Amino acid sequence: MSASPVIELRGIVTRFGATVVHDGLDLTVHRGEVVALVGGSGSGKTTLLRHIIGLTRPAAGEVSVFGAPLFSGSVREQRTRRRRFGVLFQHGALFSAMNVAENIGFPLRELRIATDAEIANLVALKLSLVELEPATALLMPAELSGGMVKRVALARALALEPELLLLDEPTAGLDPDRSMAFVELVLSLQRQLGLTVVLVTHDVDTLAALATKIAILSDRRIVSCVSLEETMELDHPFVESFFRQPFRYRAGVGRGGAR
Amino acid sequence: MRSPEIAIDPATVPGARSLVRLQGDWTLRALSYRLRSFREQLAGRRDDAAWSLTGITRLDSFGAALLWHAWGRRWPECIEIPDDLRAIVGRVAASAESPLPRVRRFGIVDAVIVLGGALLSFRDHALDFTRLLGQLCLDLAYLARHPAEWPLREISANVYKAGFKAMPVAALVGFLIGVVMSYLSALQLRAFGADIFIVNILGLGIIRELGPVLVSVLVAGRSGSAMTAQLGVMRVTEEIDALSAMGVSRTIRLVLPKVIALTLAMPLLVLWTSSVALLGGMLSAWLQLDLGMAFFVERLPQVVPLANLVIGFAKGAVFGLMIALVACHFGLRVSPNTESLSANTTASVVSSITVVILVDALFAIATRSIGVPR
Repeated sequence: MSASPVIELRGIVTRFGATVVHDGLDLTVHRGEVVALVGGSGSGKTTLLRHIIGLTRPAAGEVSVFGAPLFSGSVREQRTRRRRFGVLFQHGALFSAMNVAENIGFPLRELRIATDAEIANLVALKLSLVELEPATALLMPAELSGGMVKRVALARALALEPELLLLDEPTAGLDPDRSMAFVELVLSLQRQLGLTVVLVTHDVDTLAALATKIAILSDRRIVSCVSLEETMELDHPFVESFFRQPFRYRAGVGRGGAR
Repeated sequence: MRSPEIAIDPATVPGARSLVRLQGDWTLRALSYRLRSFREQLAGRRDDAAWSLTGITRLDSFGAALLWHAWGRRWPECIEIPDDLRAIVGRVAASAESPLPRVRRFGIVDAVIVLGGALLSFRDHALDFTRLLGQLCLDLAYLARHPAEWPLREISANVYKAGFKAMPVAALVGFLIGVVMSYLSALQLRAFGADIFIVNILGLGIIRELGPVLVSVLVAGRSGSAMTAQLGVMRVTEEIDALSAMGVSRTIRLVLPKVIALTLAMPLLVLWTSSVALLGGMLSAWLQLDLGMAFFVERLPQVVPLANLVIGFAKGAVFGLMIALVACHFGLRVSPNTESLSANTTASVVSSITVVILVDALFAIATRSIGVPR
């Protein structure tokens, strides 16, 4: 069972009107991997993530999650499959009419199998898991800072004990300090809970710290899906501009500071 | 995935404890199928059994919470559990110790606070509304000095959206109301042999009263809500802040065009709706009372003084002004969440209809001696 990949994309084609975003794209993610999806703006990273979640469907090709096509089987089976992954949306997507505790407890309450005491207990647990004070529970999403929104959204994504975590720009809009703390949090959760993680990011620091593999989306395909060290060796214009130039720039700044 | 099992070994010696062995995956996904029977089997036997959790292959926090609550939030006296599982249950136990703060119950003091809050918010609304009105006057004064900055395009776009696009639905509603009014009046008038007075009733009723109010209710529901929602979403997405940051006045660019456009478009809509309603009444009168259309048209200006048309127009303009002001006032009060957006849109429509009817009553008192033949 553990041999079958968690996510398998085969021959994905996506079109928006006349523009082709993905053209015969393949990607495989195995259990326990942390795959970072990188690519230029408008290269269709978020769209690919939405295909995996099942919010959009590709024009052609197949999305398989946990060894079965995403839209196969009865409604019940599809729902069960969806509950095996948690999603952290870019802006958190917290329900603004509910407070933090209700937001985190919402997926559990929707299942209608847990008692109120268990839900309250699990919400407290998830809150401590994402390192938030219990007093946060009564705040409304509008009262939270950007970093807290991400943490609460992560806690909600973890509410159903997912095996797969999908993160869309997890550190966008956080200052470097906060974003490193958030990355460490995700990393420790990934180790603790044995999660498989797919994340979309623009932040080189984030993916350097998190990702075991880096999938580069360029020219409407995944051009490589290997570790950071191997990616740095690649001879590809995107690697050059995305990875090497920032490091060179930083090295220059470092030298400037030392002088 | 191994399905979770509960195996119970009964006590061999009397007085000894039976052994409950838990096996398989105790995860949310695996447990959800047979949760009810598991709860029953686990309930109320913390200390009358020995527990063995060595057979559990996976335990997640849901499974741990299930066990912990089934045990009544205490460790059983006799338990055999691997260290890693003990840590998982321990984490759940620790978070059960520090419960979430509770939402306070609603008490009598809260009722007083709510009442006071409502009164204060009424004062807030009044102040905000006055401020908006004042700002619009200042803007008009500014535009009078800088005629090049008139937001003409926005005004024209709003006239099109709130006025022209409302014509079909206003015509349909007006026509049907005209037909119904004419039909019902015709039945009564015929009983008195006063057929001819249908022209007076329809003419006065529709031109002076029904036309403006009908259009106002339609426009409040149609354009007023749209204005509130638009401004509200622009607040949520920080577009209004972006405008301010660029040094563009939000009242000149967003509020003023809506207010001016609706003030201009409403009298025209009233004229349009009243004419269509009269047409409907005319048709119905012709079919019911055999009153010729030419006669109707000829008699109308004789029995309905011109002042009524002016009053109708004036009402239209004032109602349009009020609807747009109320809609913009509520739109600018939206705070960035979905609840506030829906609450303000509802409040906008309800308030603008109420305000229109109040102002209509004022009109009725103020113009009671104008244009009514006695």
